[in-house]
Amino acid sequence: MTSTGTHDGSLERLKREGRIVVVGASLAGLRAAETMREKGFAGSLTMIGDEPYEPYDRPPLSKQVLLGNAVADHTALPRRRAIEAEWRLGVPATGLDMAARRVELGNGDAVEYDRLLIATGVRARPWPNAEEGALKGVFVLRTRDDGEGLQRALAAGPRRVLVIGAGFTGSEIASACRERGLDVTVAERGDAPLVGALGGVIGAVAAEMHRENGVDLRTGVMVTSLEGDPSGRVRAAHFSDGSTVEADVVVVSLGAQRNTEWLSGSGLGAGPRGIACDAGCRAFDIRGIVTDDIYVAGDVARSPHALFGYQFLSLEHWGNAVAQADTAAHNMLSASADRRPHLWVPAFWSSQFGVNIKSVGVPPMGTEILITQGSLAERRFAAAYGYQGRLIAAVTFDNCRWLPFYEQQIEATAPFPPPFSTVDRRPEGSKPLPADFPDPSVPTHGPTITLSGYSPADRKMTFTPGR
Amino acid sequence: MTQALLREIIDYANRANPYPLYEELRKTPVSHDGDGPYVVSTYYDIHSLLHDPRISSDAKNLKATGDDLLGDQSDEEGTTLPPSFLKLDPPDHDRLRRMTNRPFGPPHAPHRVHDMRDELGGLVSGLIDGIVETGQMDRIDLVDQFAYPFPVSVICRLLGIPREDEPRFHVWAETLAASLDPDPDADPTQRGKGSMDARMELGMYLAGLIEERRKNPGDDMLSQLATADGPDGAMTTMEALSTSALLLIAGHETTVNLITNGMLTLLRHPEALERLRNDPDLAIPIVEELLRYEPPVQLLPQRTTLSDVEVAGVTIPKGASVWLMLASGNRDPKRFENPDRFDPDRKDIQHLGLGSGIHSCFGAPLARQEAQLALSELARRLENPRLLEDPPQYRQNSVLRGPRHLPIACDGIRP
Ligand SMILES: Cc1cc2nc3c(=O)[nH]c(=O)nc-3n(C[C@H](O)[C@H](O)[C@H](O)COP(=O)(O)OP(=O)(O)OC[C@H]3O[C@@H](n4cnc5c(N)ncnc54)[C@H](O)[C@@H]3O)c2cc1C
Repeated sequence: MTSTGTHDGSLERLKREGRIVVVGASLAGLRAAETMREKGFAGSLTMIGDEPYEPYDRPPLSKQVLLGNAVADHTALPRRRAIEAEWRLGVPATGLDMAARRVELGNGDAVEYDRLLIATGVRARPWPNAEEGALKGVFVLRTRDDGEGLQRALAAGPRRVLVIGAGFTGSEIASACRERGLDVTVAERGDAPLVGALGGVIGAVAAEMHRENGVDLRTGVMVTSLEGDPSGRVRAAHFSDGSTVEADVVVVSLGAQRNTEWLSGSGLGAGPRGIACDAGCRAFDIRGIVTDDIYVAGDVARSPHALFGYQFLSLEHWGNAVAQADTAAHNMLSASADRRPHLWVPAFWSSQFGVNIKSVGVPPMGTEILITQGSLAERRFAAAYGYQGRLIAAVTFDNCRWLPFYEQQIEATAPFPPPFSTVDRRPEGSKPLPADFPDPSVPTHGPTITLSGYSPADRKMTFTPGR
Repeated sequence: MTQALLREIIDYANRANPYPLYEELRKTPVSHDGDGPYVVSTYYDIHSLLHDPRISSDAKNLKATGDDLLGDQSDEEGTTLPPSFLKLDPPDHDRLRRMTNRPFGPPHAPHRVHDMRDELGGLVSGLIDGIVETGQMDRIDLVDQFAYPFPVSVICRLLGIPREDEPRFHVWAETLAASLDPDPDADPTQRGKGSMDARMELGMYLAGLIEERRKNPGDDMLSQLATADGPDGAMTTMEALSTSALLLIAGHETTVNLITNGMLTLLRHPEALERLRNDPDLAIPIVEELLRYEPPVQLLPQRTTLSDVEVAGVTIPKGASVWLMLASGNRDPKRFENPDRFDPDRKDIQHLGLGSGIHSCFGAPLARQEAQLALSELARRLENPRLLEDPPQYRQNSVLRGPRHLPIACDGIRP
């Protein structure tokens, strides 16, 4: 079957009786499957997921679930429509044979496809010392089981919780602990929470939020080891500054790793930074050639964005997973001339310490920041990020209704600093400040966005095999 | 040309069906001539202006312009009450709206509207039973006998206004709502004075009530506005006054029109009415579609630009008056398929009927609940209802548009 032409009727045949396999039965996988059915795909659809659960939603895990306001097993994603799929849950995909168009499963089975969608997402980066990471009371937070386990540990009333890493997830966990009245220490290698994602100016606001809410925030410091008691329960953590914190629950929140190991040796361009794909979600093989039958969507994907200099963006954003899945599904069933690029403007939300945080665009690209509305001190503001005289991103704290405006400005490549006045402009918004992102060459777990600068025309695409 | 079209829209003669005029208007997404306002009529442009921080709701930012269709509204607030948050920008708008929201909605009062359900149901049944008691099924005025008294009672209960006072502020509310209407023929001085007097009297009346609630607080919103002391501090007396006046007036005219426009539309679409009779849950999508199809607030004539703003290739200069034609955006074929069709099954119905952005309708959850209950109960109880006049007689107001009377007849009323 040739995959692009419609002249030979192959596309019609694919739609009628083709075999589509989706690996990764979560947000991106489910939304793609729904779109495919919506577009009239009548063939066989197989959903492969290593978790035993039907697709569920992750954002509540670090918010409502930790507060005990929602139960982890009640976060199933609402279905937009029936997808009549064959579900293979609780079985991982372990290999891919691109030539034979076959996905191998952990139980020895194999499933053949005409089109494959890879949506295996990411997993939490574990504590680097496996033995310490295995101590009772040490958690990560990515899955439903993680969420349930952590919520139970918090409900048991630990004397102190230690959160390692103050990115979005770590900050949300700290916030939930405080709301539950638990003592919590947050250790962050950077100078402030959220610096990797939003820079130092906003990081300072986040640090204040932590402290005002009674978090024992320690920045510029690393946890060097975890110590267990004789029963194998965590009891303390040692810090790079020589100090020790006693805690009976430790949450390791050091960012994520792409679930691509199962593809190693397959010939697909999949590595620790995700799976590179073109703007139409078609995966690259290791030679840098785009495949015609393998598509990628969600947290595991890395794709060039025209609006941001064709940089390959990997985004761990809910909205991205939905939009990219939609585009992938559309393109999987379309002739080449009808394919669409994934041009979604990155957007993210978080809620912590009672504050609603939202961003659009790519803040870490910004070199300058301007408080365009409201005030940092009131923690109610909108701020714009500038990059080479252009508005590249914006963030709001408790001010999200203005965000669509900034999104439009970003889409229109509006100038920075913005030449116009706005409602609620304060004196502090009269001059741009350095956005103050940490040096990108120093690794930090913090950013939820990682950028790397290959343009599509750049032939020097190097392939790094999985670790 | 625009000005002429605008005059036609405002002209009472076209009140019953302004939609063909809106269609004409949309041919020029941003139209303007002479000293008139910049009129924005297409969905996406309106939507983006509603989220544009360069657009102000504060009349102080309006450069005085000459020939003004609105008459002179700048002193409409008079000296009696400061502007309500509807006519303020952030940060004052945000602060007042936030404080008002504390006793009204989530996160601090998530159940308030929901918990009023039984009470609303009781009011609806009572009013319909009242119609039964008159024994006159061959001529019911749905406005006077139902659509008006219902939301008015609701807003009074919510604010904690004694029932017996309803008729008094009915007059004030009517005058103030009318002052929103850009009626070119009314004498502006006369009107300005009328609404100033009304504001004054309403202000004094509410001041008395607030004073009383400070001493004797109940769990009504007026008590809470008067006494609450949250993270934003307490409202000043003047702020509490203008906020409660706003709630009172907004709670008055809009929901009445939503219910009346709704019943009128349903009677013109008997198959939808029949479906609603058999399935009260259909009230939810029906009300959303009504908010698109016949929105009670047709246009927002109160915005002004803080900078030059380019919209659809037109630069609206700083300090200009901008009218956002919500009802026209709602019928924009670029946004909605078959926009002139009333379609309760419509998907993806992000209408502009309740506005959008920071000034989006504060009372939306309550208005929705009232309209859903009212329409589903009317559909269930009225036997073979029919319109006696089509189109019915409309109110003067072109902003808050709706029938003044809606005479209907039915064969009987089910228990
Ligand atoms: C605690 C938490 C809070 C979050 N909060 C927010 C937020 O507030 N806002 C926001 O925008 N985003 C948030 N996110 C991010 C958002 O949840 C993700 O962007 C989204 O889940 C990505 O969806 P996905 O389908 O690409 O990947 P995932 O949801 O990670 O799904 C991938 C699935 O594939 C499975 N899988 C992996 N390997 C295999 C294999 N070999 N075979 C079979 N199956 C496999 C995985 O187990 C998983 O079920 C949050 C995430 C977490 C964990």
